[in-house]
Formats: sequence, C-alpha cells, structure tokens
Amino acid sequence: MAVSDTAAERAALGPPPATTGFLGWMRKNLFSTVWNTLLTILCAYLLILILPPAISWLFLDATWSEATPEQCRAANGACWAMIREKHRVILFGRYPYDEQWRPLLGMGFLITLVLVSCFRRFWRPWIGLVWAGGLVAFFLVMWGGDIPVSYRTAAVIGAVAAAAFGFTRANAGGNARSLFLWLAALFGALALVGNSILRVLDALLKELFQIEAGLGGLSAFGLGIPTGLSFVPTSLWGGLPLTLLLSIVGIIVAFPIAILLALGRRSKMPLIRMFCIGYIELIRGVPLISLLFVASFLLPLFLPRGVEINDLLRAQVAIIGFSAAYLAEVIRGGLQAIPRGQFEAADALGLSYWQKMGKIVLPQAITLVIPPIVNTFIGLFKDTSLVSIVSLADLLLATKDMAIADVNWRAFYAEGYTFAALIYFVFCFFMSQYSQYLERQFETGRRKRR
Amino acid sequence: MEWIIAMHGVNKWYGQFHVLKDINLSVRPGEKIVICGPSGSGKSTLIRCINRLEEHQRGQIVVDGVELTNDLKHIEQIRREVGMVFQHFNLFPHMTVLENLALAPVWVRKLPKAEAEERAMHMLKRVRIAEQALKYPGQLSGGQQQRVAIARSLCMNPKVMLFDEPTSALDPEMIKEVLDVMIDLAREGMTMLVVTHEMGFAKSVADRVIFMDEGKIVEENAPHEFFNNPKSDRTKLFLSQILGH
Repeated sequence: MAVSDTAAERAALGPPPATTGFLGWMRKNLFSTVWNTLLTILCAYLLILILPPAISWLFLDATWSEATPEQCRAANGACWAMIREKHRVILFGRYPYDEQWRPLLGMGFLITLVLVSCFRRFWRPWIGLVWAGGLVAFFLVMWGGDIPVSYRTAAVIGAVAAAAFGFTRANAGGNARSLFLWLAALFGALALVGNSILRVLDALLKELFQIEAGLGGLSAFGLGIPTGLSFVPTSLWGGLPLTLLLSIVGIIVAFPIAILLALGRRSKMPLIRMFCIGYIELIRGVPLISLLFVASFLLPLFLPRGVEINDLLRAQVAIIGFSAAYLAEVIRGGLQAIPRGQFEAADALGLSYWQKMGKIVLPQAITLVIPPIVNTFIGLFKDTSLVSIVSLADLLLATKDMAIADVNWRAFYAEGYTFAALIYFVFCFFMSQYSQYLERQFETGRRKRR
Repeated sequence: MEWIIAMHGVNKWYGQFHVLKDINLSVRPGEKIVICGPSGSGKSTLIRCINRLEEHQRGQIVVDGVELTNDLKHIEQIRREVGMVFQHFNLFPHMTVLENLALAPVWVRKLPKAEAEERAMHMLKRVRIAEQALKYPGQLSGGQQQRVAIARSLCMNPKVMLFDEPTSALDPEMIKEVLDVMIDLAREGMTMLVVTHEMGFAKSVADRVIFMDEGKIVEENAPHEFFNNPKSDRTKLFLSQILGH
C-alpha cells in the first residue's frame, strides 16, 4: 500500500462519522450485534420496570418530616420519619441515651485514625503511636468510670513502648531490636495472663507449703483514676461504634498475623509449616458463627474458675483468628507470584530472611493482591454483624432487635434495613474506592514490566 | 592468603541427577575466570554454589577464609563479600534505581543512608548510567538494567563478583555496553568468575578459561592455549560449534 500523505487523503482517512461521540459509543457498546441489542433492550425494560416505583417509594412519596406511624401508613412511600425517630438506637444500640455523645466521639476517633492512615505520607513508624493513643482515647470515652491502674496497665504500657522502640530502632542492629521485641512480648504476656500466674502460684504455695501468700491480692492491687464519666460496661456498647471497633481492630490485628501465617506456610521448618497449615485449614474449615460460639460459650468452660474474659474481647479474637486464616491464603497467593530471581537477588546481597521478606518480597506480594485483600476486609466488615448471635448489639442487631422491635414502628422494617444497608454500603464503597486508589499509587514501579 | 575461593571435591545432585562431579577449583585474588560449556553442563550451578544459592552435598567450599556450611552466619558473611549478577538482572521493580543500590549497604553493611546513596551515585557513574538514578527498573532498557545490577553488587564492595550469563538475555546491540563495564571492572583488578558464551570477552580479559561438560571440569587453560590448542575432543567440538560460523 502506498504511503498517503496529502492533506486530502488524510482527511478522507478520518474516522467514519458514527464511530465517535455519543452515537458512536452507543453503537459500539449497546448495539454492536443482535445479541447485544437484545440485551440492551432487556436491560432498559427492567430499568423502566424497577426504577420509577423505587424512586417514588424512596423519595417522592416518602415521609421525610416528623410523623406518627399512622401518618406514615397513610402515605404510600418510605417512612423516613421512622429513622428520624430511631436513628439513635440504630447507631448506638443500648448505650445510655444521655451519654450517646461518647460513642459518637469515639466513632470520630476511629474514623479519624482510619482517614489519617489513608495518606501514604503518614506511613511512618509513629503512626503506630497515633493508633495506640487513638484507641486508648476511644476506650476511655466509651468505658468511662475509673481508669484502673495496676501492674497490668504498667505491663501494657511497657509492651507498647518496647515494641515501638524496637521497631523505630530497626536499623540499630539485630540484637538490640530483638531484645526490645522480646521485652514487648514478655510485657504483653504478663498483661494477659499475669493474674492467672499469680493465682496458680498462690494455689501451689498453699497446696505444697501451706503458705498463705496472698499473691492473689497482689493482682487486685490497683488504683482508679476517675475520668468523670459514668461507667458503661461493654455489654451496653452497640451500634455503629461496635461494628467499627470490631472491624478496624480486626483488620489491623489480623493483617500482621496473616503475614506471619503466610510466611510460615512457606517456611522450610517443618514444625512451623505444619502449624500454619493446620491453623489455616482448621479455621477456614469452620464457619465464623461456630467460632464465635466456641469463643463465647465453650471457651469459658475450659478456663479456670474466676478467670473471665470480656465478651467483646472474645468475639474480637474470634473475628481476628478467622480473618487471619483467610488473609493468610490471599497473601500467600501474592508470595507465590514473586519470581524466584527476587529471592535470589536479595540472598546474594546478603539480606537476612526478615530483610528479604520485609523489603523485597512482601511489598511486591502485597501490592499484587490488594484487590483480594480488600475483598477480605469488606467481608470482615460485613461479617461483624454475626456477633449478634453472641448478643453483642452491633449495627444490624440494633436495627433489628431494638429499632424494628418497637411495636409502633414494626411495619417499617424495610426503612430500618435500608438505613442500615446504606451505612454498610458507605463504608464498603469507601474501602473499595481506596483500594483502587492504592493500586494506582503502586503502579509506578511496574509501568514497563512485561 | 593465597586463595580467595577454594573448592575441593564438590559434588551436587538434583534428586538422582548428578549435576556437579568432583569439582576442584581454586581462585586467586584478582583472577578472572571464564566458565563455558554446553547448557546443562553445571556451570551456573557451580558459581551459584559459591554464594550458596545452591547447596553442595559433598566436598568443601571455602570463600575468603570462611567455609560454607549450613551455618547461616557463615553464609551471610560470605554473601556480603561475594556479589552476583544474574542473567535476568533481578532488580527490585518496586524501588528506584538509587534505592536498589542503597538497600544492601544500608541494611547489611549498616551504612548511614546518605553515605550509601553517595556510594550508589558513584557506582552509577562507574557504569555510566548516573542520569537514570531516580527511574524505576521497568523504565530502563535491558542493557541499562544489567549495568544497574552490576552497580548494585559493587555497592557492597565485594571481593569477588560472580556473573551468571550476564549478556544472554540482552538484545545484541546492548551486549557491548555491558561487556565494556565488565572489562573496566576486570582492569581495575576485581576477582571475577564469569559464566558466558562471549568468547571475545574471554580472550581479552580472562586469566583462565574453564570448560565444563556433564558436571565435570573437562579442560582448564589460559585463553590463548584454550582457544588455539584445545586438548580434549569435547572442547574442540564445543569451540567449533560456537566459533564456527
């Protein structure tokens, strides 16, 4: 074919008129083939069938202003007056009505923490401290009452400080760092099981040497710093703050555990590998509901008498354990996709195992699997509604059992569920959009990779 | 110390396949050795045993006075002193060129970041690619990537450099820019073990050429002798195949 280069010829070779613009788009995407045209017509028909009644129910015929149930029933549309009446109980559950500014504030803390962490420029070690502070503030305002200060508080503070120190001094040399991390683990263990250890010691001393050491009393030692707020036990927490707490803490704790599980499953050490495989397969093999049941009803039977673990904490642990198993497999998928050459190059440079994983392999593996990771996060967020079976009043249970259960408003369950669904949707949609933003952010490196 | 690398009676199997058979090879500091041979002859495996990317099962390998055993400390110690350049570059695609180079000096040698970056820029100048420092590997050509990979190894100030077919994955017009960098390096006195089919490179810089076949070192000689006066028939056949066109 001859090379055509005159202006006239170039004009003649312009795109055919109906391939550009709106008409062109329609032709290409909606009516390109007979089959495509049929589908388009079918979809248009369905939309015409569904949209107008939906819009008139949701908006046009809806009762927006304050109204009694009777007035609502007289109107044909949605009764948003019900939400007007019941939104506090949906959002905050059983939390005392006059104190509900506290969960609102707590929720503000959580959402602020999440939003701040979304910015890449804040991805620095100190963000960990911000989170620790934010969560402490959340619990302070939610719980109120006196802040119990005991050896346990000291141990928790010690653990957090040692961990923070260990991580920020990452470059100071392996020994100093692992010392701090061990210290953090030790403090953490002390905070968790210190009471039980004391009690067991007490019992042993009594049994073996007939000594009344009274060590149990030591565990009870502590003083309360008044916050000036009334005490609200976790059994009264509910609604959106509970849902957010369970899912946010679930995500940030499950994620590192999942990374360790994924690495462990590929470890060369058989014991570690077998443990990780066993854990992942076991947890994936049972539904979350049964885990929540085990955590809430069975576990207490196995614990020594007198040892009580908070309901909320038990549900939280079940959610973390469950999501970690799923996430681990997602992350392992990412790890499998990293070419062997990357591992070899890191080895050849003399990087240690953790440097190789932390600097080379995981950053690439995790960015590869952002979509399924966010999938799991969204799943986790919605699965928190299952805690209702262990009678924690999360958003959905508050809607169902507290708002809709009111005899006067029972007829308007659809409005209640729509409202709850809208809240779930807003958060899930945010996660999905953010994940797409992240994917674009990380594309830089592989622009030209084949 | 006379030998920087000493291999005695090294054997390795992949399952039932005997890939290295009784390898004895010693290298003096500053020596340049080219290893050639047909594919599957074990030449890559041989140099990959030197920094323990492959594990040998019998025999002894001593690098810079440290014996390679299962001891992780020894392995890491040796890897710090032995640089390696791969056929497929293996740059870290999520980091800029500069970050690729500064990574190991900061984390393994514990250099301050500024000093590591200074050294990185110096090495990039040496491989004539300093203007690409802030790009990502995916934005560079193959030849540029391989020169970055060489610079990355050099940043660790290694005593030995291993090259595993460094030009085999390159387009022909890029081979020269990489070979030029390697020749510079050789002139500066680096100890080099190079697995390659670039016989021109072997002729101009090698102190010794080693020919391997079926896991054994078949012939070992100075390049002049090796090319003009090959002793074994296997070597003659190989040379006629790669030089005879």
